[in-house]
Amino acid sequence: MDALIANLSLGFSVALQPEALMYCLIGCLLGTLIGVLPGIGPVATIAMLLPATFALKPEFSLIMLAGIYYGAQYGGSTTAILVNIPGESSSVVTALDGYQMARNGRAGAALTVAALGSFFAGCVATILLAVAAPPLAEIAFKFGPAEYFSLMTLGLIAAVVLAHGSVVKAIAMIILGLLLGLIGTDVNSGMARFNFSIPELVDGIGFVVIAMGVFGFAEIIKNLEQGDESEVFVHKVGSLLPTMKDFKDAWPAVLRGTGLGSLLGILPGGGAVLASFSAYTLEKKIAKDPSQFGKGDIRGVAAPESANNAAAQTSFIPLLTLGIPPNPVMALMVGAMIIQGIQPGPQVMTEKPQLFWGMIVSMWLGNLMLVILNLPLIGMWIKLLTVPYRLLYPAILVFCCIGVYSLSNSPFDVVFTAIFGFIGYLFLKLGCEPAPLLLGFILGPMMEENLRRAMLLSRGDATVFVTRPLSATLLGIAALLLVIIALPAIRAKREEAFVEE
Amino acid sequence: MHLRNPKDFWAGVLFAAIGFAFAIVVKVAEYPMGTASRMGAGYFPFVLGTILGVLGLIIVAKALVSDGDRVPKFAWRPIIFILGAVIIFGLTAKTIGLALAIVVLVMIASFGGHEFRMKEQLIASVVLAIGSIAVFVYGLKLPFPIWPSFFN
Repeated sequence: MDALIANLSLGFSVALQPEALMYCLIGCLLGTLIGVLPGIGPVATIAMLLPATFALKPEFSLIMLAGIYYGAQYGGSTTAILVNIPGESSSVVTALDGYQMARNGRAGAALTVAALGSFFAGCVATILLAVAAPPLAEIAFKFGPAEYFSLMTLGLIAAVVLAHGSVVKAIAMIILGLLLGLIGTDVNSGMARFNFSIPELVDGIGFVVIAMGVFGFAEIIKNLEQGDESEVFVHKVGSLLPTMKDFKDAWPAVLRGTGLGSLLGILPGGGAVLASFSAYTLEKKIAKDPSQFGKGDIRGVAAPESANNAAAQTSFIPLLTLGIPPNPVMALMVGAMIIQGIQPGPQVMTEKPQLFWGMIVSMWLGNLMLVILNLPLIGMWIKLLTVPYRLLYPAILVFCCIGVYSLSNSPFDVVFTAIFGFIGYLFLKLGCEPAPLLLGFILGPMMEENLRRAMLLSRGDATVFVTRPLSATLLGIAALLLVIIALPAIRAKREEAFVEE
Repeated sequence: MHLRNPKDFWAGVLFAAIGFAFAIVVKVAEYPMGTASRMGAGYFPFVLGTILGVLGLIIVAKALVSDGDRVPKFAWRPIIFILGAVIIFGLTAKTIGLALAIVVLVMIASFGGHEFRMKEQLIASVVLAIGSIAVFVYGLKLPFPIWPSFFN
């Protein structure tokens, strides 16, 4: 307890510096902005800003980037409620009931409940992060290469289970990602692999190049093909104050959403999107009168909005304690740390406590800022929604291009990003989710490294992965997950769960 | 031949081709395989490539005996104009400077949309160029030339 207080006060001393507050605010505002705007998400935004963070201090860079992720969760709900278009994929379900509330003239109440629910979830998740991270990092220090390899296997398998669509295709996407990650110089022998005599490929393909191509450009093309720009029709916001009945209905839903979201955020492959879907499904399952859902039930707003914000924050736990990113946004955070010369992993907490605790505390401060800023500023965000996509996408394109170009100041990365834009689009058309590919890409080199080390230590004995108890447990869970989704009953359920998307 | 599940079929073909290509490159370029205890540079990619190839074949096989969706039509117009604009930006930015490169990028990209409004897009591109230069070149100090190099 004393240690916790000491840690948190260290965090406050970092996060309350004027500069830190400023970057936190910038991150939150940017996050809300891209959250409100449909067609651009946190992955593309963070990828875009990554090169620019090079000049910042590591604390400030991470504080700002984190703000973008959870800020986007706040912003996404605004669009979902007011326009019935999810500003963010994690607020798809919020639109179901939120928009109906808006049609009944209760948009204000929905927005307030979403914001307060998110804030509550943010507070709980921050505390969870502060309490759970140190012991987890302790465990992580006991990990050898075999455990790391097994853990990454588990993470990748979990990503498959939680992705929607075909399991085999998702596994194939992961392996493709792993292979793409191996392009470039082999760290052990210094040999250049799969570079086809292209000098720029000796250092491998940049993560930003793939992320921006697959999530940025492919997304723009997809939006453009979807045809007519939908008319933005904004309802009157109405009173911001929820009624007493709203409060009574909403708070248990907020609690459940927070709990479920926190849990799903930690899981590899989880994150804000999955959390909001699951929370909505859970509410519908346990409600005495599920018929109200889809007609403007406040629980349908409160639960998913709390869940996505909680998950956005707890997904930092595996990143900060184990150095393993559970979703593409966290994979970008790995990139942001590496740019600053920080190797993500359990040692971050001991070697850079000011960074670690500063970031955690800034998340709480950021949530506070978001609640205070968002409700009064709602009019401004609504105005933004009236900007048509034909003006929006050139702007996104310009920022993406500048971001990619400045990675290494060469045309090469830009051309490669365009190629990955096409590849991403191609896979979308073939029904393959891009997120597992990105996870595989970031884990590829780490997995190879740990596999080699583990095998070297065991003198080529592959049973090392099942004879070490920790490693065996992790692999066991992975195997169990695979068996579970192969079961016909679960399979049907899983397909049903993702149909609503 | 009539394909019952074209979407999965082509996805499988693509995976199989890429997977085996990786495995073949390892062999052709003679990356050292090493032993299980001392893996060479070729070991892990060869194993992964082979697994991906086999998975691809499994997807193909499954697609032949099940029914599924067609591959949706490709929207070539946005693909060509958006990605084309990006590539041209990448290739020319250094020579023609950021200001002009952004205007060119926006103008080409706007052909990818549904309607093209010359005046509106021109204004938008100029505003974007000024804004980006202010933020990225003056604000974040990214090393971009602003004006074409032949001016200097």
